[in-house]
Formats: sequence, structure tokens, C-alpha cells
Amino acid sequence: MEALGKYFLFLGKLLVNRESFGTYVKLVIDECMAIGINSIFLVSLVSFFMGAVTTIQTAYNLVSPLIPDYVISLVVRDMTILELAPTIIGVIYAGKVGSSMASGLGTMRISEQIDALEVMGINSTSYLVLPKLLGSLFMYPLLVILAGLLSIVGGYLAGQLTGVITPTEYVYGIRFEFNPYMVTFAMIKSFVFAFLVATISSFKGYYTTGGAVEVGKASTSAVTQSVIAILTADYLLAQLLLK
Amino acid sequence: MIKIENIHKSFQGKTILNGISGVFEQGKPNLIIGASGTGKSVLLKCIVGLIAPDEGHIYYGDKEFTNASRDTKTEIRREIGMLFQGGALFDSKTVEENVMFPLDVLTKMPPEEKIDRVNFCLKRVGLEGQNKKMPSEISGGMQKRVGIARAIVNNSHFLFCDEPNSGLDPQTSILIDDLILEITEEFNITTLVVTHDMNSVLGIGSKIMFLYEGIKCWEGTKDEITDSGVTEFDDFVFANKVMQRLR
Repeated sequence: MEALGKYFLFLGKLLVNRESFGTYVKLVIDECMAIGINSIFLVSLVSFFMGAVTTIQTAYNLVSPLIPDYVISLVVRDMTILELAPTIIGVIYAGKVGSSMASGLGTMRISEQIDALEVMGINSTSYLVLPKLLGSLFMYPLLVILAGLLSIVGGYLAGQLTGVITPTEYVYGIRFEFNPYMVTFAMIKSFVFAFLVATISSFKGYYTTGGAVEVGKASTSAVTQSVIAILTADYLLAQLLLK
Repeated sequence: MIKIENIHKSFQGKTILNGISGVFEQGKPNLIIGASGTGKSVLLKCIVGLIAPDEGHIYYGDKEFTNASRDTKTEIRREIGMLFQGGALFDSKTVEENVMFPLDVLTKMPPEEKIDRVNFCLKRVGLEGQNKKMPSEISGGMQKRVGIARAIVNNSHFLFCDEPNSGLDPQTSILIDDLILEITEEFNITTLVVTHDMNSVLGIGSKIMFLYEGIKCWEGTKDEITDSGVTEFDDFVFANKVMQRLR
């Protein structure tokens, strides 16, 4: 409970005693590059294979001749948009970006760089963490959209290469009874997950004490707690928004 | 001038600072000395506001710092420059960007003026032409000098140095000490140096405060250290072989 209270106080400090708007513009752009551009390759790779494997495994499980083949791509579409793109990519995002945020801030803490900012009269929380949070909120939803698209493309190519579904049926299944609210739901999830990963990882890194070993521990803890938060939020959002 | 009154600080029931008072004068280096674990760095962190004291008052000139509003604290902190034990340079920034950082964030100075000021400060600490190097590409002594340049770039009125000679060879230590002394006198700033290096004490100790187990045990100048009459202080001073010979 003490850690939770400290976390909320930490969030409060993000918004008080900030520097000028101009100071943050470059920092946010830098964070967008670090968070977004550097994650594109991994996210693309995982998403593509995620879609391909989902297609093959769904085809393997749908053995009844009564079920049409386009159901395979329909399942791929729904799984991708509702769960795989926002949540699985969220877990990967926590591992890649969250650990980097925690270790970066942890290193700054133990090498007194954060103290140096404070001594200068700069609110180190807002100066260091707010750009990470904004960068995360801008870039993670874009990564989720990319992941969703590549997952569906991956499924299409896997279906064609293995012959489990024809391209026409795949496209028909993708478009069949499409509910645009699923995309809205995925975007809401992506904003929530981006917030959780950025703030939890920054919190763990910012309050690191000790030396190099503790930085490693903070980084590991940041990933673990971010993933737990993502999965809990995933369940709660599904309960709240899919009725 | 900085004045501290009756500073107390404890961590988890253990008293670290026990009623420290004193005045640190302008235009001369003020040293806080003592063995490891006596509370020197904690006192320094209390003075700059990185740690809140449990009791007591700190005054920067005539401004009270301890219980000041956030805005007043920010205003005072913007007159502070600090040299950290490890330099605390920003790894991802070049030497020039590190020194320029306070100007970038805290002022609206035009870019050309900022470059001029940075070059002036780098020249002042003997690092002209090193602008584009990264902190990892320069030696420990140079990092300390970049730290000093960053501390004075914003025309700070107060300079704090936490163990400025740690990890440096004796010759570089003397260079850093001399630089601190020169800058203090040249810009007439209030400088506070935390150290346990006797060379620094003998070199720049215009005013010395000795801490022992969280208590101010002795106060004086470098010329008075040999006849303090305080056993704890004598034990500290004459622990050094060179000092023993001098005795």
C-alpha cells in the first residue's frame, strides 16, 4: 500500500512545477524516436508470425466440414484486434521499452544525475518522466495499429503458402460482420497499457537505490509489475467495455 | 553567505546529524571535513535541499530555505551550482551540451550568447576545444572540471562540491582545489566543499568545520589545525603519515 501511495504521489509530481513547453517538445520527440522507431522491427516481426501461427493453428483446430474456411481469418481478425495486438505486444513493449526506461532512470539515479537536476531547481520527475509518458502514449497505439495490420498480413501469407485458406476466403472472413468498436476497444487498451508501462517502469527506475545490481533488479521488477498491471487492466477493461 | 542553525537528521532511528550550526562565508572556500560516515554528505544534501532535515533552519543570504515555498526554493536553487562526487554529467550529452544544460532549461538566452558563455566557462576550467567530446571520452579529472563549468555557467552565487578529489591522483586533486579556490575568489561566491582529503584542507581550507559522529566538533582555519586541542580532530588530522611527520 505504501508503494501504491508513493506511485500516485509520483504521478502527481509529473504535472507540477514543470519547465516551459518548449523544453518538452524536443524531449518528447526524442522519446518517440527511442520508443517507437526502435521498437518497429521487433513489433513487426512478432506480429507477422503471430498472425501466421494463429491462422495455421486455427485451421488445424477447425476440422468440421460444416464450418466454412473464412472463419479462420475471422478468428485471426478478432483475436488480433481484441487481444494479440494490444496485449501481447504490450507484454513485449514492457520487456523492451519498460526495462530500458527503468534501467535508464535507475542509472541516472545512482550516478547522481537526478540529484544534479534537482539541485538546479528542475523538477526531475516531470523533466525526465513526462516526455517518456507522452512518447509512450503517442507511439504505443501506433505500434498496436502496425501490429494488427502485420498480424493480418502474416495470416494471409501463411494461409496462402500452406493452402489452409484461399486469399478470397481470407479477405471475406476479415471483412465478415466487422464491428468497428473492436478497434476502438483496442485503442483504449493501448492507451491504458502505454500509460501503465511508462509510469510503472519510470517509477521503479526513478526510486532505485544502491548500485548496478539494484538497477538490474529495478529493471526486472519494472517488467514484471508492468506485465501484471497489463494483464489485470486487460481483464478489467474487457469486463467494463465488452458488454 | 549560508547560515545553518541546529540541523538534526536521523535515518531509521539512527542520528546522523545532531544540532549542527554554522556560517559559511562568501568569497572563500568553506570546508566540511570528517571521517567517512560522520554525516558530511548528509549535511551537504540537507543544505542543498536533496534531503529534508528533521529540525533546524538553513538560510541563503537572508532567505530561509528549509520551510520556504516551492517557488522560493526553486528560485534559490537556480542560484546553486554543484559538483558531485562522480561528476554527475549527463551520459547522453556532449561536454558542451552538459555545460549548456542549465542555460537551455533555466534561461531564455539567445543561442550565440549561450555558446559564448559555455566557451568562456570551459576555457576557465582549462577545457577549451573539448566541446564535442562525450563524458565517457574524457578523464575523471576532466569530468570534474566539466562539472565545475556546469556549476558556474549560470552565474551561480553558491557552489557546492561533494568530495571533489575522490578518485583523482594528487596532482589533479591540487588542480581541482586551485580551480575551486580561484573561481570562489574571482566570482565572489559562497563555496562549500565536503572532503576528507588533508591536502585540500591544507590547500584551500579558509574556513573548516570538523564533524565527528554527527556533531560539530571543531571549527577554524587551516592555520589552526595543529593546535585544535580536540582529540577527535587531532586523530583525524594526524592519521596521515605526512601529517604525522610534520607533527
